[in-house]
Amino acid sequence: MKILVLIGNVPDTTTKIKFNADKTAFDAAGVQWIINPWDELALTRAMELKEAPGSSIESITVANVGRQETEATLRKALAIGADKAIRVDADAQDAFYVANQLAQIAGGFDLIFAGVEASDYNGAAVGGMLAELLGIQSVSAVSGLLVEGNSIKITREIEGGSQTVGVVTPVVAIVQKGIAKEPRIPAMRGIMMARSKPLEVVNPVATETRVSFVSFDLPPAKANCKKFTEEQGKELINALREEAKVL
Amino acid sequence: MSVLIYVDNTDGKFKKAGFEAASYGAAIAQQAGMKAVAVSLGKVDAAELQKLANYGINNVMSSADERFASMDNQAAAKALAVAAIQCNAEIIVLAHNNLGKAIAPRLSVKLQAGLVTNVTGLPTSLSPFTVNKNVFTGKAVGHTTIHTPVKVLTLSYNSFGLVEKTTDLVVESFDTGLGQADFGLNVEQTQQVTGKILLSEAEIVVAGGRGMKGPENWSGIEELASVLGAGTACSRPVSDEGWRPHGEHVGQTGKIIAPNLYFALGISGAIQHLGGVSGSKVIVAVNKDPDAPIFEAADYGIVGDVMKVLPQFIEAAKELKG
Ligand SMILES: Cc1cc2nc3c(=O)[nH]c(=O)nc-3n(C[C@H](O)[C@H](O)[C@H](O)COP(=O)(O)OP(=O)(O)OC[C@H]3O[C@@H](n4cnc5c(N)ncnc54)[C@H](O)[C@@H]3O)c2cc1C
Repeated sequence: MKILVLIGNVPDTTTKIKFNADKTAFDAAGVQWIINPWDELALTRAMELKEAPGSSIESITVANVGRQETEATLRKALAIGADKAIRVDADAQDAFYVANQLAQIAGGFDLIFAGVEASDYNGAAVGGMLAELLGIQSVSAVSGLLVEGNSIKITREIEGGSQTVGVVTPVVAIVQKGIAKEPRIPAMRGIMMARSKPLEVVNPVATETRVSFVSFDLPPAKANCKKFTEEQGKELINALREEAKVL
Repeated sequence: MSVLIYVDNTDGKFKKAGFEAASYGAAIAQQAGMKAVAVSLGKVDAAELQKLANYGINNVMSSADERFASMDNQAAAKALAVAAIQCNAEIIVLAHNNLGKAIAPRLSVKLQAGLVTNVTGLPTSLSPFTVNKNVFTGKAVGHTTIHTPVKVLTLSYNSFGLVEKTTDLVVESFDTGLGQADFGLNVEQTQQVTGKILLSEAEIVVAGGRGMKGPENWSGIEELASVLGAGTACSRPVSDEGWRPHGEHVGQTGKIIAPNLYFALGISGAIQHLGGVSGSKVIVAVNKDPDAPIFEAADYGIVGDVMKVLPQFIEAAKELKG
């Protein structure tokens, strides 16, 4: 069985969000880039599956759509333990553009992991679009995954509970919290080995842009916090009723 | 032309997110001079379908095919595409809940439609079609334009609210034409949490962080929540340490919520936590550290010991509700 893990390259989660002067684009100056947190958990789960006794996983490939500067993030994924990386050399336009690029390289994989969303534009769309383009099943809100022969057993979150489902490969698993406990951190040995692992660069296919960002805004600053003393718990609750009108 | 709204059900019952999507879709339909058509997949009885008449829906297309209970995303997207073509839908609205998020991308590919997820309000312009969405997990808003003739939107929780508007609802049953081969998901087991207010539906949420010191102190949080009819939540370290179940973890890597009222008790207000709760209309913080970042996001606050303040909250809430 061959696994593909989609790797988003996103600003570190502590990044202070700012935009350029005319507010048409994210200002990336000084930003640290990381593997999208859910993709990192997905890769961790893929590694666990591969290392399990009697595992049928032959290889783990990671893929990303981005320019050369995103290679550091792919190298990190290789250092965590992926066998091979593919980068589609293009600027990500919108979710459909990204999914359509990935569809060119995703044929032939049995299990494809995507994150529930990317922590930058919160699109929550690439995994589902890719599955539709490939004409295969997708299961979303995945918080647990086991491989049993050519069938995959998945735990997913549903409104107000959870559910275990079985599905045959190929399938796209769109994962969230719970899929792995802690993301793996590359070890020194992994970092050394990553340097010699294959990183293939492929050209993009022409794809129309369906959605674009016109501009961005930061949310309006909050008015000052109204403070009460440690003895005034009751007064605060009353203010929620009388003033804020939320009780 | 119409606006098509997918209203999903759990065991035959619609939820608040579905009614909110209906309210939102009906408002766009009015703005654009179109019909508001809802679509329902799976067994939902007439009385339940009739509830959509309270939220401005003109027509409901209902497929009572029980196979949709498996929540097979591929099959549901196929069925919704059939509905969209039948009612000549130009705009399709889904809730940004687990199911809506899963189906919308597939549906948009089928219809060659532009997709914007996590939408926070009505279109600011119909031509070009421009709508706002949450980006950077609530830390900013993006203004997006969709260039395709057909558009798919998912609506962020509690961003539009329920808008009551009574209509003469026409219910039609509709045949999706799906065969057995279209369903590929085998449901083995389902666990529903009962008797608890769902975080995604809760209008009030009471959350605790590491400042609560240990799981034994959660009885106060649960009591306040039960008096207020609120849901309970926690910060990530609290669920990581197993003090509370993972389903309660809110924030950037947990659940994103936007209740009318959010209590942050013993929560420092780290940027990743705020990302998941900053959409709340009113935030109350209790923290013994006057410099805790949570006070920058809060509307009301007490600098003090949560163990002393929480009992006062409970008593005051009992008086209010009593
Ligand atoms: C990639 C990534 C993703 C993350 N995602 C999330 C996420 O989704 N959600 C999330 O919550 N965190 C997330 N975090 C973790 C986040 O950075 C913080 O570590 C976390 O939110 C802190 O939780 P806390 O506020 O409960 O604990 P602490 O930061 O330990 O804060 C405890 C607070 O309680 C106060 N306190 C202590 N005793 C009392 C008392 N008796 N009375 C009143 N106040 C008291 C303290 O002053 C302190 O402010 C993420 C981190 C990373 C790196």
